Amino acid sequence: MSKVSFYSVLAEYASVPLDEQFAAVTAEDVRRSLNKMTPTIEDFMNFMSPAAVPLLEEMAQKASRLTAQNFGRAIQLFTPLYLSNFCSNHCVYCGFNCKNKIPRDQLSLEQLEVEAKAIADTGLKHLLILTGEAPAKAGVDYLEDCMGVLRNHFPSVSIEVFAMDQDEYARLVATGADGLTMFQETYNEELYATLHPKGPKKDYRYRLDAPERGCKAGMRVVTIGALLGLGDWHRDAFFTGMHAAYLMHKYPEVDISVSPPRMRPHAGEYQPASIADDRDLVQYMLALRLFLPRLGITVSTRESAEFREHILPLGVTKMSAGVTTAVGGHTQEHDQVGQFEIADTRSVDEMCDMLRRCGYQPIFKDWEPIELQAKASA
Amino acid sequence: MCEDIFEIGGVKLNSRLFTGTGKYGDDSVIPDVCEASGSQVITVALRRMDLESATGNVMDFIPKHMQLLPNTSGARTAEEAVRIARLARAMGCGDWIKIEVISDNKYLLPDGYETAKATEILAKEGFVVFPYVNADLYVAQSLVNAGAAAVMPLGAPIGTNRGLKTREMVRILIEEIDLPIIVDAGIGRPSEACEAMEMGADACLVNTAIATASDPLMMAKAFGRAVKAGREAYLSGPGATKVHADASSPLTGFLGGE
Amino acid sequence: MVVVLNGKEVNVTEGMTILALLESKDVSPQVVVVERNGDIVPGENFGTTSLNDGDHLEVLRFVGGG
Repeated sequence: MSKVSFYSVLAEYASVPLDEQFAAVTAEDVRRSLNKMTPTIEDFMNFMSPAAVPLLEEMAQKASRLTAQNFGRAIQLFTPLYLSNFCSNHCVYCGFNCKNKIPRDQLSLEQLEVEAKAIADTGLKHLLILTGEAPAKAGVDYLEDCMGVLRNHFPSVSIEVFAMDQDEYARLVATGADGLTMFQETYNEELYATLHPKGPKKDYRYRLDAPERGCKAGMRVVTIGALLGLGDWHRDAFFTGMHAAYLMHKYPEVDISVSPPRMRPHAGEYQPASIADDRDLVQYMLALRLFLPRLGITVSTRESAEFREHILPLGVTKMSAGVTTAVGGHTQEHDQVGQFEIADTRSVDEMCDMLRRCGYQPIFKDWEPIELQAKASA
Repeated sequence: MCEDIFEIGGVKLNSRLFTGTGKYGDDSVIPDVCEASGSQVITVALRRMDLESATGNVMDFIPKHMQLLPNTSGARTAEEAVRIARLARAMGCGDWIKIEVISDNKYLLPDGYETAKATEILAKEGFVVFPYVNADLYVAQSLVNAGAAAVMPLGAPIGTNRGLKTREMVRILIEEIDLPIIVDAGIGRPSEACEAMEMGADACLVNTAIATASDPLMMAKAFGRAVKAGREAYLSGPGATKVHADASSPLTGFLGGE
Repeated sequence: MVVVLNGKEVNVTEGMTILALLESKDVSPQVVVVERNGDIVPGENFGTTSLNDGDHLEVLRFVGGG
C-alpha cells in the first residue's frame, strides 16, 4: 500500500496557480462536469469556480437528486456537549483562546451524568463531545472516563477535541467513541502558523494527519473541514474536498463527512480574512455533493434557522439541534461563554417539527454498537 | 497529440488490445491477426505434449516481437495455478503470467479467492501477475494488496461473446482500483471493446470473437481500430450537453438576485 | 526400467537422460518444459539428468489458449 500522506498530496499543489485555474474555468467546463457520472477533482474545481455561479440551479437539481438517492429524505440529528473549555492554545480566532479572560470550567463525571441525561431525554442518540486542548486537566484519561458515563446514554459518540496519536484514538474507540471530527481550520500552512502562534495546536502537520490516524484507529465516522473565512475560503474549500476524497479512497470502510462552518462573532473579535456569503456556502455544498455523492455533510448552528431550512434539499445529511456551546450549557444556569454565537437556537422538538414540515424525517439513531472492548465503568 | 503508451510489467506497449491463440480453426492465421490488429501481447496455455503424434507448435505462429502472456488455464486451485506458472516461466519466455483459476465448468467463472492466493505467492517470486477475476471490488482490492500488475475483470463469461454485462462493476473498478484494468472475456464485438476503453479501461483482451469470426483478419483489424477509437474518446473527454433548468429556481431561488 | 511419462507408463533404458528420452520421442528440448517428480528440471540439465525407476515425468509445452 502507498505510504503517501495527505501532506505530500497537498505539497504537489503548492506551486499550482489555483487562482488562475479557478478563473480559467468556463461555463462549458462546468456543464461537462455536471454531465459526468463520476466527477474527478478537476470537476470539483469547476464546480467551485466563479463560472459555476450562474449554473447553481442546475447543480442544485442534480445535487438534490444525488442526496435523495444516497441518503433519502432524512436528516440525522445530534448535539454538541462541551466537556471543558480549558485550553493551552492561543488560536487567534477562537472564543476559548487561553488568553481570553472567560470563565473556565470542566464537567466532573457527576455533572456529566446530569448533562448527558438531559440531552438523552430530548431523544437524541448521537452526541458530539468537545474540549479545548488541556492535556493535564482534560486529556485522554479524562475522555476515557467521560466515555464510561456517556456510553450508557448514547450509542454513538463523536469526539471533537485536540489532535492525538493513533493509539490514543484507539483507546477512545475501545471505550465506545465511534466518530472523529477534526477541523483543519485552514489548509494554508503559512496562515495556519500565524493563526496558531502558540500551544500544541501549532503543529500543522500533526493536525493534518489526525483524521487519517482516526481512520486507522477504527473510527467509524470521520468529519473534516476548514473554518471558512480564516483564509481564502475558495482554497480551503477546495482542499477540504481533496482531503475528503483522499480519505474516502484510502479508507473506504470509514464514513467520511465534511462540515463547512463559516466564521461567526465570538469573544475574541477576530475578523475573517474573506467572507463566504450564503451563495458561496451553497456553491461549496453543491460542489461537494456532486463530487462525492456519498459524502456526509454536516451543517451546524453557526448557520441561521432560515438558512438551514433552505439548504435541506441541497446535500446536508446531519444537523445539530438543541445546541449550546457552553460547558454544561444544557443544564447549568450560570452565565457561561460559548465558543461561538449560535444562530439557530431551536430545540430538538422544534427542529423535528421543521424537518417534518419540510418533508424530511429526523433520524435520532443510526447506529447500535454490538459490543465494546472496554468494560463499562461502575 | 503525443503517443499513448501503455506501460506495464516493464514493457511499453503501443496497442491496448491483447489477443489470444485459442479456438482458431487454423493457427497459421495467427501471425496475420497479430499484424492486422496491432496487438503486441498474446496469450497461450500450457498443456502436456502429445508424444504419440506430431502436431504443430503454436509458438511457430507467434511473431517474435509479441510479448507472451501464458495463462494457468486448467488450474482449479491456487496451488495448481502456481505450479503451472512456474512451469510456464521455465519455458524461458518471460515473467508474465495470467492467472486463471476455474473450477466451474458450466460458466467458466473464475475463483477470486484462489486467484488472490496464487497472485500473492507468484508476485513474491517476481512474476508479473495478470489475474483474471470477476468484476468485484473486494477481490480486486485483495489483488492490489497481493502485488498484481493489473486486474482483469470479465465482461461476460468466457466464450459467450455477450459483451460488457459487468459494465457497472467494471466502472467501479476503474474508479477505485489503483492498478490497470484490462477487460478480459466476453467481449464479442468491436463496439464492446470500444465501450470498455471509453469507460477508461486500460486494455482489452479478445480471443474468441476474433478466432471464431468468419473472417478473423478483418475482425482483428476492426478490434484494433475499436480499441484505439475508444481510447481516444476517453482521452479527449466527452462533450458537454446542456442540462435544461426550469425558468424558475426552486432550489436556489432563496439566495436572491444574480 | 519403467517411468511414468505424461501419465503413461513407458519402458526406458537404465540411466537414460531426459534429453535422450525427448530425442527418442522426436521432441525438441527447446519447446518443452519438464517436471520430474514435481520439480522443474532446468533446460540446461536435460542432458545431465538421469532417470530413475518409477520417476513421474511431465513434459509440457505452450498451446493455443485465451
